[in-house]
Amino acid sequence: MPKKSPEVNTGSMADISFLLLTFFLLVSNIDTDMGLSRKLPPLPQAGAIADKVNERNVFVVLVNARNQLLVEGVPTEIGQLKEKTKEFFLNPSNSSHLSEKEMKTIDLIGDYNKSKGVVSLRNDRSTKYGTYIQVQNEIAAAINEMRNDLAMSKFNKSFEDLNDAQRKAVSKAIPVAVSEAEPKDIGGKK
Amino acid sequence: MARFKKANKKETPGINTGSMSDIIFMFLFFFMVITTIRQGTLFVTAHVPSATEVQKLERKNLVSYIYIGVPIDKKFGKEPRIQLNDQFAFPGEITEFIEKERAARDEKDREFLTTSLKVDTAVVMGIVTDVKQELRKVGAYKINYSTKKGKSASK
Repeated sequence: MPKKSPEVNTGSMADISFLLLTFFLLVSNIDTDMGLSRKLPPLPQAGAIADKVNERNVFVVLVNARNQLLVEGVPTEIGQLKEKTKEFFLNPSNSSHLSEKEMKTIDLIGDYNKSKGVVSLRNDRSTKYGTYIQVQNEIAAAINEMRNDLAMSKFNKSFEDLNDAQRKAVSKAIPVAVSEAEPKDIGGKK
Repeated sequence: MARFKKANKKETPGINTGSMSDIIFMFLFFFMVITTIRQGTLFVTAHVPSATEVQKLERKNLVSYIYIGVPIDKKFGKEPRIQLNDQFAFPGEITEFIEKERAARDEKDREFLTTSLKVDTAVVMGIVTDVKQELRKVGAYKINYSTKKGKSASK
């Protein structure tokens, strides 16, 4: 009968795996990448004529070098931007200063008063990036809230819980209509 | 004496630590799956701003990163700089960077290539605008302003 080989001591196995664990904890980071996804417009073709948009349909947001906001010619605090954007798109009182609406038939939703409005965002070269992101975020928040409201009233679900077709329909009714102006120096250097 | 002997016999047996390693290994695999390995070293401070309407970045292998911020090392000055991969760059070099990133991906995936801009909150828009213009020139239209999830400006 061959001699029985002694068992391998596995006591230090835990120590080794602990070491590996700490190593991975140190070199890796949990935070997933999140952010605001945007699509840049293609460069304008030389000689192309910009589409004429009715003045009342453009919601002008200017951010100057001192990070102050001018919304439709009125100095505004950033906290009010979301409400103003919503009001501009929804135009509940059918004011002639806010965006025009157009009856459109959209699959799954039916007739919907789609706004023709566009947000035009322009910033200075000296604007802080943080402010710019806040403005982008507030506009996105306004659009998301409007989408949520529409989804709630039509499908009785929040926008995130809709299926793909429904989500597409709502996105069609309320598109992300944000256009960024061609860069230009306004407001001078800081 | 007899008393002491009796006490010794009743000693509790040692806890079996054989399965300890298995548990730790489970931890290890768990962490390996949910985390991502840090990409290169950052030469610039890029404290991204916070926002509420954030979306998760899908398909990490189709993301190329551009960092903009003030260099950590003081000898490179106080002006914000662009970092591509592991070196400082000028806006003009972005075209080449994007072309390289594209070439490294499958042909069918190239149109989904997203550029993640990790920009410090305090950086001014001028340099960001330059980068965006370069991206437009090279046709990398999909971008993502990297942000943390945080509170909004409106109450």
